[in-house]
Amino acid sequence: MIEWFVVAEVAVAVLAGLLCLVLGFAGKAPGDLTIGATLVVELLLIAQLVIAIVAPFAGNHPTGSIVEFYIYLIAAIIIPLLGGFWALVERDRWSTVILGVACLAIAVMVVRMNIIWTVQIA
Amino acid sequence: MSAQVPTQPASKVSRRARGLGRVLVIVYAILAIGATSRAVYQMATIYHAAPVPITLSALSGVVYILATIALILPGRVWSTVAWITISFELVGVLVIGTLSLLVPAIFAGGAEVSFGTVWSYYGVGYLFIPLALPILGMLWLRRTRATGARLTDSEA
Repeated sequence: MIEWFVVAEVAVAVLAGLLCLVLGFAGKAPGDLTIGATLVVELLLIAQLVIAIVAPFAGNHPTGSIVEFYIYLIAAIIIPLLGGFWALVERDRWSTVILGVACLAIAVMVVRMNIIWTVQIA
Repeated sequence: MSAQVPTQPASKVSRRARGLGRVLVIVYAILAIGATSRAVYQMATIYHAAPVPITLSALSGVVYILATIALILPGRVWSTVAWITISFELVGVLVIGTLSLLVPAIFAGGAEVSFGTVWSYYGVGYLFIPLALPILGMLWLRRTRATGARLTDSEA
């Protein structure tokens, strides 16, 4: 993991999440802004996948379980897709709230992934 | 809002999965993915070290999956499944949450945090969502059942 990238990823996911929640509760159906923000979060996860694959070759090895790390990463990549699908089945304010929930979940998962990669107590 | 009559008739989705209920479904789905994948990983790697909490984690994962499906699918049977699974979660988080405080060696996984279940310490590792979710879920089920009397046509 690259620390600044993790910080950026979490920051973007939190901002996108809060943006979607606020607009959703304000009654807005998903639009370019909220769907775009969720897409950016998803693209950052794909970039994270590439980084995770390349990093060990550059001497950046995970200190925790690589398998556990990838389980989190794959689940994280699936969630915005699943959330996006479920949100757009029916387009209303709740669709936007759903996107927000998905983005916030990603922020939490990226923090967990960073802990698995960098901080091991045992 | 949730009391609105759905625009499309003969929906494949239950009235439990409408309006605010759709948000509930995605939160359940995320928790189901989280709890299940973590339990599968633990069973494959460190099961011998903490069989009780890991078995409980797997069980909670299955229950979250069932609850997610039961919230989405229409019909009386799935409504009952939703009530059972969501009640089970509330009991689970209260009992295991309490036991993890009383007997931390077994239910909290001792010093190793990663052995804990989704319910340990009332779900603190999952931002207390496992505690809040069944309560919100039951309130939602009760509300949709109450308003459902007027919307019976939307559900086969």
